[in-house]
Amino acid sequence: MTAQSTPAKAPRPWLALRDDLLIPLLAIVMALIVGSFVIVFTNFGVLDILSGASSANLAGAMWSAIATAYGSMFEGAIGNFGAIATAFASGDSAAIGQALYPISESLATTAPYVLAGLAVAVSFRCGMFNIGVEGQIFLGAIFATYVGYAFTGLPAIVHIPLAVLAGALGGALWAAIPALLKARAGAHEVITTIMLNYVAYRLTDWLLSGPMQRPGSTNPISPLIAQTAELPRLLPEPARFHIGFFIALAVAFGVWWLLFRTTIGFEIRTVGANPDAAQYSGMNVTRNLVLAMCLSGALAGLAGANQVLGMNRTMTGGISGGLGFDAIALALLGKSHPAGVVAASFLFGVLRSGATKMQSVAEIPTDLISIIQALVIAFIAAPAIVRGVFRIKRGGDDARTVFMRGWGR
Amino acid sequence: MTSTSAPTTFLNASKDLAREAHRTRARVYGGVTLLIAVAMYLFFANGVDPALQSSFGLNQGAVPAEQRVPDWVIPSFATVAGLAAATGAAGLYQIVRGTQRTSNLFVGLALLIFIFALLVWATRDASINLAGLIKTALNLGVPITFGALAGILCERAGVANIAIEGLMLGAAMMSTLVGTVSGNLWVGLLAGMATGAVLAAIHAVLSIHYKVDQIISGTVINIFATGTTSYVSSLFMQRMTDQLNNPGTFRNIVIPGLADIPVIGRVLFENTIFTYIMFALLVIIHIGLFYTRWGLRVRAVGENPKAADTLGINVYFTRYMAVILGGLVAGIGGASFTLGAVGRFDEGMTAGKGFIGLAAMIFGNWSPFGAFGASLVFGFADSLATRLAILRVPIPSEFLLMAPYIATIIVIAGLIGRVIAPAADGQPYEK
Repeated sequence: MTAQSTPAKAPRPWLALRDDLLIPLLAIVMALIVGSFVIVFTNFGVLDILSGASSANLAGAMWSAIATAYGSMFEGAIGNFGAIATAFASGDSAAIGQALYPISESLATTAPYVLAGLAVAVSFRCGMFNIGVEGQIFLGAIFATYVGYAFTGLPAIVHIPLAVLAGALGGALWAAIPALLKARAGAHEVITTIMLNYVAYRLTDWLLSGPMQRPGSTNPISPLIAQTAELPRLLPEPARFHIGFFIALAVAFGVWWLLFRTTIGFEIRTVGANPDAAQYSGMNVTRNLVLAMCLSGALAGLAGANQVLGMNRTMTGGISGGLGFDAIALALLGKSHPAGVVAASFLFGVLRSGATKMQSVAEIPTDLISIIQALVIAFIAAPAIVRGVFRIKRGGDDARTVFMRGWGR
Repeated sequence: MTSTSAPTTFLNASKDLAREAHRTRARVYGGVTLLIAVAMYLFFANGVDPALQSSFGLNQGAVPAEQRVPDWVIPSFATVAGLAAATGAAGLYQIVRGTQRTSNLFVGLALLIFIFALLVWATRDASINLAGLIKTALNLGVPITFGALAGILCERAGVANIAIEGLMLGAAMMSTLVGTVSGNLWVGLLAGMATGAVLAAIHAVLSIHYKVDQIISGTVINIFATGTTSYVSSLFMQRMTDQLNNPGTFRNIVIPGLADIPVIGRVLFENTIFTYIMFALLVIIHIGLFYTRWGLRVRAVGENPKAADTLGINVYFTRYMAVILGGLVAGIGGASFTLGAVGRFDEGMTAGKGFIGLAAMIFGNWSPFGAFGASLVFGFADSLATRLAILRVPIPSEFLLMAPYIATIIVIAGLIGRVIAPAADGQPYEK
């Protein structure tokens, strides 16, 4: 299925394929189970019982804590099936819109995940670790915002693509810095991209409280983008589901096509799998590294543009909200394959968007999602843990990703 | 010599190449230095009235009247022009002669001189408390140094650690929580250290035992720590501030005698326990790493684990030990955010200091004192950034805050200065 995880002499390729699907699935299950432990042991009702302050049924309280949490998360993310059925039966479009609101919001949250996850996946495919997706998202958002509000009088058919492409350009330029530093000076991209993330944060701080600050505002916030730059929303207010979701899917298809159906993609993957072999067979390693990194940055920039043009319509310091780091989990979960990244993004979109409801109903902070995500990455990166818990035999070789080949030169 | 054999000629040629590369490097180096000098003159001296003076307060804190030192008053224009001339001369010398040793110390010094020139220019016809500024720089540099020391311990043993931020954040929270509940700051500090050690141990198990890529493992720790601390903080600590989030802070300890030294006395010897622990650790880790058998083993494992293994050093054990020790040190650093400063935990309060620590470690070339120097320079930039607004300097403070990161990118790329990481840094070891 994927070039990295299918070794040439795998004795039983179907086992490797099974691992590709089973391990991520079980990793998610395990993360949710650990998450439910966290829920239970931070639940005030359960804590009261444990400390003897209340004499209610312990098992019942535990179960209700978990059920309320994950139940409200599901309802907030997918919706209530009963309500959806009733709305469709009534035929009232407003009611349908309301019933579909949760799932549409999840899909809207999925879009930037797809783009950011692809960004990390592309860098992985070329043997690099772009930990700077977060900063590239900021730069993409800045560029898209600027084009969005500073250019006026353009028709939407010109303005939207222009703003979207500006976002991609911003991300690509920001990613070009570590790419060139790696190619020319051998500086390790992990360090340079971490540093560039912080440079991007400070740059954003400065722009939003200076040149790009909304006139008349004292908050660090940009002007609203022109209406002609807004990605069209597809459902009645307040749903924010917009065309960006389909753009993201199209981009995912495009990345798949590029990686697996073109010479460029073949070169990128070969450099990622074995730079020495790539060099020996006449490929230009340096050019491929720079290309892959810029592509990765462009995808991250698109994610930033999506957030500005589709969701918020203005730029703030919280535009990304850690998207760039979630993206690492997405790429690992999706085995750096575009289809896998899309599936993983849908899962994360559902979790994120359901977490908001979970916070309001079950009073569980949305940060629970970060904990679950960290666990998912850990379990996927160390499949031996999952195998040990579920007693699964080894399929093919574990695809091991190693990016650390020493800092600097 | 006319009868040189072929291999010697080859050797000479490669030596020539190396010398040529070195000369080029020195020229680039000198050119940049010269550029800095010119920029200094243009920005900070050009057009300044020669009659203006910059005055620096040298008294930090409550100094008794009889010990007060008069302000240090220097002519603004002449000082900056002089500094620019000196820097320019150093640059020219570099271009013409090309000194043999080109170290990060030089880059750090140039950065420091540049910042000082900025300061002189900013305070023309005004005054600023220089001692206070340095004191703030030291205070801001303390957590960065702890982070850098933690990184040095891990990476000298060959385990890359980008999780310092997460370790410090986790430790900051636990030290506050336990410190408040137990009512004892020392117990809080120990809890912070334990938290750092536990999180570091997770990093160690993932990256040493399961051989997970060390960057991924570090990312896991960072996301996990951010998530967990925010979760606990918003669920419990923000709601029950008095019972859970109010540990108080360590008092300043005045070292008798030494604190009365003019100018530097109050800066260096009136601090919380964290500053003294930091100085002690600097010395201990420096001696430990470079002058003991233990340190030789740690460094051997970080440079060439296979050779170390052959000689009977237990590579896995050494790495576990180094990472967990690093976790303890990061834990102290984390506690210093809360117990040493504000006496309260806020979500995400480490705000990237762990990553600056990582930067300081690299800038300081994986050596304790180098990292400390870098931390001080970074801390100085930080402390100055908060005062630019007061001095009405038309430079956005954000740019000064970017300086540490950009400086690190420059040295890691070897554009100026040079860093050499432990050879086996980041590579999982398999027998």
